[in-house]
Amino acid sequence: MSSVLSIFKLVKAPVYSHCFSQDKSLLAITCENTCLVYRLPPANSVTSSTTPQLVATLANHDKTVTAVDISVHGRIVTCSQDRNAYVWEPLSDGSYKPTLVLLRINRAATCVSWAPSGYKFAVGSSARIIAVCYYEQENNWWVSKHIKKPIKSTVQCLAWHSNGVVLASGGTDGYLRLFSGFIKGLDSKEAVANSPWGAKFPFGALVREYYHGAYIEDVQWRSAIEKVAFVSHEGSLNVVDSQDQLQSVNAPDGLPFNSLCWVSDAEILCAGFSCHPVLFAADATGAWAFARDLDKAGGAAPAPVANEDLDESEDANSGFGISALRKFKQLDLKGKVSTDAQESAHENTITQLKPYVEEQGRVTAVSASGLDGKVVLYRL
Amino acid sequence: MSQSLRPYLTAVRYSLEAALTLTNFPSQEVERHNRPEIEVPNTSAELLLQPMHIARSETEQVLIEPSVNSVRVSLMVKQADEIEQILVHKFTMFLEQRAEAFYILRRVPVKGYSISFLITNKHTESMKTAKLVDFIIEFMEEVDKEISEMKLFLNARARFVANEYLGEFVY
Repeated sequence: MSSVLSIFKLVKAPVYSHCFSQDKSLLAITCENTCLVYRLPPANSVTSSTTPQLVATLANHDKTVTAVDISVHGRIVTCSQDRNAYVWEPLSDGSYKPTLVLLRINRAATCVSWAPSGYKFAVGSSARIIAVCYYEQENNWWVSKHIKKPIKSTVQCLAWHSNGVVLASGGTDGYLRLFSGFIKGLDSKEAVANSPWGAKFPFGALVREYYHGAYIEDVQWRSAIEKVAFVSHEGSLNVVDSQDQLQSVNAPDGLPFNSLCWVSDAEILCAGFSCHPVLFAADATGAWAFARDLDKAGGAAPAPVANEDLDESEDANSGFGISALRKFKQLDLKGKVSTDAQESAHENTITQLKPYVEEQGRVTAVSASGLDGKVVLYRL
Repeated sequence: MSQSLRPYLTAVRYSLEAALTLTNFPSQEVERHNRPEIEVPNTSAELLLQPMHIARSETEQVLIEPSVNSVRVSLMVKQADEIEQILVHKFTMFLEQRAEAFYILRRVPVKGYSISFLITNKHTESMKTAKLVDFIIEFMEEVDKEISEMKLFLNARARFVANEYLGEFVY
């Protein structure tokens, strides 16, 4: 059984980020200066011949859109290198109403993530700031509070704990930091009453800090077991728990990962520059190790072998002109050898992994977007 | 391929594969800019990664300078004598004047090197990384061959020209 469920060839530009709505009926992807929203059939009826239907184009940004996320209520947030973020409210006729978010940053916004409650979100930026944004009823706009210290470089990834308070962030300064994103009036203290990460969570407080050295490319929580996993640019997957026990495992291909996705409490799927997802698993003692590759490009393609056989039979028949023929055949083949070998569903770097189908606490299908403009669904 | 060339090219290939892990990275310094960090004066040292220097001999070297969103690859082409120096200079000039058509070619080589390539995240997004690496490796293989072929041709031509001219004075 192939691990690829479906390949959606959507755009010709790189897709930096994608997101499914809560019921998996809508798919939002970034495409240059716009965000495209597609409609999909229900998850159990998606086959390899499914084609997503374009339903909306969200075009208010004037520079590359870097990230997109959809809240539990269906609100879409996009952020872009033009320093802005918009919240797109779905209207009854299927269109979206944009609301500008007052980010108050003067550099590009790089990543965005809705809190699980859907009432606030965090935006990471090149201005070395994380803006935690929430809706202000009186003024009818989205306002932000800043977390500045002690971030030293661009924030590249953000993830909320399921309690909606602890916010994990990583960036090019090589630190993984856990902040408190507690907003008065939105969050209650009960949510973090018995948290193993700390006792008090005033807004912007640095909860934990881990120095890793290499750029942190992605971070994800597994809130149920109070663990956070992150992948970094030197090609490692790291898992840390609330007792500061850090475990590290290297990528089998030697190329760094861009994204990760918790499959279950003891399994993590990673993907990045090697163009195919890689599954890591923890054994009974909790030690992480490489488990298997998904959809890895195979060895040499069968086609050239068949050609060689053909050549030999021709050789047996006649001698004249064959050497010239072979010479031109080889010329024709020039530069093609590595294309034949590469056969994975994604032809270029995978930028983001998201869980697609979840059954009994275990993810059984994931989606991956890539620089080749595709979104691929993988079966686990 | 000679015995010492293969490990050299293999080392360059793996170093390039590791270096070509680029991301779209907007500038931290200048508002609304997105520029190759390796090429600009940089106050944030974390964006530049450790340069890799691979040398086969004194005259054949590769310098790979990676950063978060761009890689500069500089080649030193073998120049054994003055004729080869002139040939390499003319050859690289010819290519550099047509840099637009080559996409990844840098107009001016890095000081001390014959030719430089600048690969940014735009290139790795629109082209296959494996192909880019193949191209540079093939270029390194071909350029030596090309230069020695040109040298042979030049010598043959010089001999022919000398024969023709000096033949006039033979009685």
